[in-house]
Amino acid sequence: MSDAAAPRQMTETGGDAAAIPARPSQSPWRRAWRILRRDKAAIGAFVVLVLIVAACLAAPIYANDLARTDPFRSTLSGSIVIDGQTRKIMEASTTGLGLGTTPIGPTWHWQYMLGADNQGRDVAARLLYGGRNSLLIATAATLICLVLAAAIGTIAGFFGGWVDMVLSRILEVLWAFPVYLLAISLSIVLLTTEFWIGPFRIGSGSLILPIVIIGIIYVPYIARPVRGRVLSLRHSEFVLAAKGLGIPRWRILLKDILPNVTTTLIVYIPIMMALNIVTESALSFLSIGVQPPDASWGTIIQDGQGLLYTRPMVALAPGIAIVLTVLALNVLGDSVRDAVDPRTKLR
Amino acid sequence: MVFAILQRLAQMLFVLFGISALVFLIFFATPGSDPAARIAGRNAAQETVEAIRKDFGFDRPLPVQYAIMMEKLFVSRDLTSFVNRGLEVVPQVMRAAPITLSLVFGAAVLWVVGSIAVGVLAAMTRDTIIDKGLMILALIGVSMPVFWLGELLNLVSQSRFHDTFLFSWVPGLGYKPFFDGPWLWFKTLVIPWFTLAALYIGIYGRVLRANLVETYQEDYIRTARAKGLSPSRVMIRHALRMSLIPFVTMFGMDFGVLVGGAALLTEVVFGLNGVGRLTYQAMLNLDLPMILATVMYASFFVVVTNALVDILYVVIDPRVRGN
Amino acid sequence: MQETSSVNAPLLDVQGLSVSFSTDRGRVKAIDDVSFKVAEGEILSIVGESGSGKSVTLMSLLGLNDPKTTFVDGAVSFRGRHLLEMPDRELRRLRGKEIGLISQDPMTALTPVYTIGWQIAEQIRAHENVSKSAALKRAVELLAAVGLPNPDEAKDRYPHQLSGGMRQRAVIAMALSCNPKLLVADEPTTALDVTVQAQVLDLLLRLRDDFGSAIILITHDMGVVAEVADRVHVMYAGRIVEKGAAEAIFERPMHPYSWGLMASIPPIDGPRLPRLPSIPGMPPSPEAIPPGCAFAPRCRFARAACAERPPQRREGDHTVLCVLDAKEREELRASVLGEAVAA
Repeated sequence: MSDAAAPRQMTETGGDAAAIPARPSQSPWRRAWRILRRDKAAIGAFVVLVLIVAACLAAPIYANDLARTDPFRSTLSGSIVIDGQTRKIMEASTTGLGLGTTPIGPTWHWQYMLGADNQGRDVAARLLYGGRNSLLIATAATLICLVLAAAIGTIAGFFGGWVDMVLSRILEVLWAFPVYLLAISLSIVLLTTEFWIGPFRIGSGSLILPIVIIGIIYVPYIARPVRGRVLSLRHSEFVLAAKGLGIPRWRILLKDILPNVTTTLIVYIPIMMALNIVTESALSFLSIGVQPPDASWGTIIQDGQGLLYTRPMVALAPGIAIVLTVLALNVLGDSVRDAVDPRTKLR
Repeated sequence: MVFAILQRLAQMLFVLFGISALVFLIFFATPGSDPAARIAGRNAAQETVEAIRKDFGFDRPLPVQYAIMMEKLFVSRDLTSFVNRGLEVVPQVMRAAPITLSLVFGAAVLWVVGSIAVGVLAAMTRDTIIDKGLMILALIGVSMPVFWLGELLNLVSQSRFHDTFLFSWVPGLGYKPFFDGPWLWFKTLVIPWFTLAALYIGIYGRVLRANLVETYQEDYIRTARAKGLSPSRVMIRHALRMSLIPFVTMFGMDFGVLVGGAALLTEVVFGLNGVGRLTYQAMLNLDLPMILATVMYASFFVVVTNALVDILYVVIDPRVRGN
Repeated sequence: MQETSSVNAPLLDVQGLSVSFSTDRGRVKAIDDVSFKVAEGEILSIVGESGSGKSVTLMSLLGLNDPKTTFVDGAVSFRGRHLLEMPDRELRRLRGKEIGLISQDPMTALTPVYTIGWQIAEQIRAHENVSKSAALKRAVELLAAVGLPNPDEAKDRYPHQLSGGMRQRAVIAMALSCNPKLLVADEPTTALDVTVQAQVLDLLLRLRDDFGSAIILITHDMGVVAEVADRVHVMYAGRIVEKGAAEAIFERPMHPYSWGLMASIPPIDGPRLPRLPSIPGMPPSPEAIPPGCAFAPRCRFARAACAERPPQRREGDHTVLCVLDAKEREELRASVLGEAVAA
């Protein structure tokens, strides 16, 4: 949701990649795998992603054993020893009237490597913990989005008639509804209301809320191409032939339609992940995503906003993490699309 | 032809109705909350809540509630904010609109020019180092969260390098009206324009390059080259001209959404009090009347720009002009 | 005519042209050592199945192949100037002015967003310093010359508003717009209805007489060849296997591949054949062309000697690349084509 129109990053056509001749003897998956394995950019992006995920998974190890800090507790009065010198975590401010405090800047040692935020918490440790949330939300939201979109798109495309009419009209409205407004509206309502789903209480701080919100808002962007794909398959010769042979509809759906829909969906996975990470960070930046004391890359950037001119590292570091991750996902997305289905377009 | 126009109008109205109904449902029909209390805002007196309940008909069926709300918004236009006591919402939106328009318009000029330059240059130098470099830059533009890029530029232009000749011209954050001085207006907006445009230059540049590469396989490009036209004329008058047709659709969609307030992240970071920021603050304060007004304003722009794109389509693509 | 062409320098002289493409699997030779000449005002037809390299040959003459992936060798001289060594800027001045191209599919050969008058005027103005209105006036005259009814109105039509035949006429008018010495027509009738095909062929013949342009006509349709060509070159798998005057090729074809092509023309009169004879198999793809005679794998008369490069045999101006000697050739041809054609 980086200012609303990011889905368009998926609009590209396959371009020159479309010219790769298909070898009928190979299954499409093996062909895709063969192409991906030789794609240096894809491998590089994948390695970067694995490293980022591994670092985020190792967050507790980093916090407990290397930085020796609790990234979720304010430490306004502590001090640390760097190179034999004792330094306060919240140093007296040198600007203005000298009344306030400024958190410690990057030390480039294990402790407070990237400095502290305005509550004296270790930014580097929070970055790793925040990354866990950002990645978790993006992944879960992607799954929700793809499952919903596949269901809606397949039902609309396969059954046609009034079912398609109703679903398509709903998608059309959602389509014209600016994504960010939908996200914010949902966030506001959900964050101020408590939910009970059976015995489970979903409070305003739950990660489930941003996951669900982000999962819902991009459904039209995927459901429409899925519907189009199913529609064209339904009128394709082999499905018509199968119908003529009296093969039951559910079998056609399972054997012929769903595998094709899966191909379309797989192409969208990395791109949706990228989009969702940016969306999550934007919502959290507007303080309607991940709620404190939890962290995500977006919330850390927001924490750093007040310290932008004095301790820019607080806002810079999570931004760089986002750019790296999203860039790697986009590169991977390009490669996967070229390898699996160069004709995929969004919109 | 008349039928097609009527059909298009009906579709526009339907989408507008759908969006307003959706927003209405999200805010006023969520189970477990009292809509009257919501409108009144936090810590409102019980009498106020009761008055609102009567005034907005929250004791009556949902369709009636919806009708009353729309009447207040469009017919009497006297919907007032309760959070900011008695402030009418429609004039507020009207005051914010020029700021958003200034921001989005300038950014749109930048991103159309920038992405055409990137796309054309990359397509012409296809598979060379220039092409690859441009595509990597474009992908970085696509991958940067816009609010973060804005902060980065603020850091550089307002703080770190503000005292050097590079950025000493940059005025403080906030909007300066055009009629108070066009030059100052321009200077305050240059960096926000660039911030907002960066993402779109990336997206459009990539899409355009792919379209151009595809177009170059077409027979009519071969014809154009066989005519002895110069490479730049083949590129611009033939390939680019054809690739602009899908480009226009994308542009209409994005422009509408941004004017509707989707530029809020840029507005927040640069302290511009546009529609997006207005919406955002209304949402933080749970100022429901204001939210309704801005959302309707936004969807209005989206629908109108989409209709404009349809008209523009008829201009740029003779094939849809009908028989 | 052959006498004059050997005395004067030919309009177009192609010697030893080879074209190869770079692909994933290395360089692939699509055209191998092709030579031919076109005299002024002559109609030369290059015949062959799809994929035999006819179009590639001509596109590389015009410099229209992608220079990054295409490698062209040989010598091509057009009116004494060497096309292959020519800088792009100079070649451009030739394209459209002295060599006009007529594309295969008129449906896709015109840019959809411009009127045909605009597109013709664009070509005129690319080569001549004339005003827009003068160029448009010429465009109308050209449209009239190619037989478009209401040319004045037609110039303001967009391509999608015209029928296939009309569009092909517009394409031809465009190719003619600068009075080219040479017209290159790449399967100009393939995409058209049979009745329209005949009209377009008549038009080409008439235009040759009116404008005096030489025409290279690429086609796979022997019927088209029979109707218009002065001379015929038969191409197979990137090589020209037989060259000769049109009558000679139709009366006494020398290459077994040509026999196959002739035999597959449905006879107009006589008893209806139960089955039209066809050449078994498929032409090889460029990466699989055998080193010897490329046609040998499909040839009924192939022998061990065909693994070597076939020798060139000639009967006057009529040449062929085949091991068969004159005597054997006569017998085998009679066995394939019968008396009807040979007579």
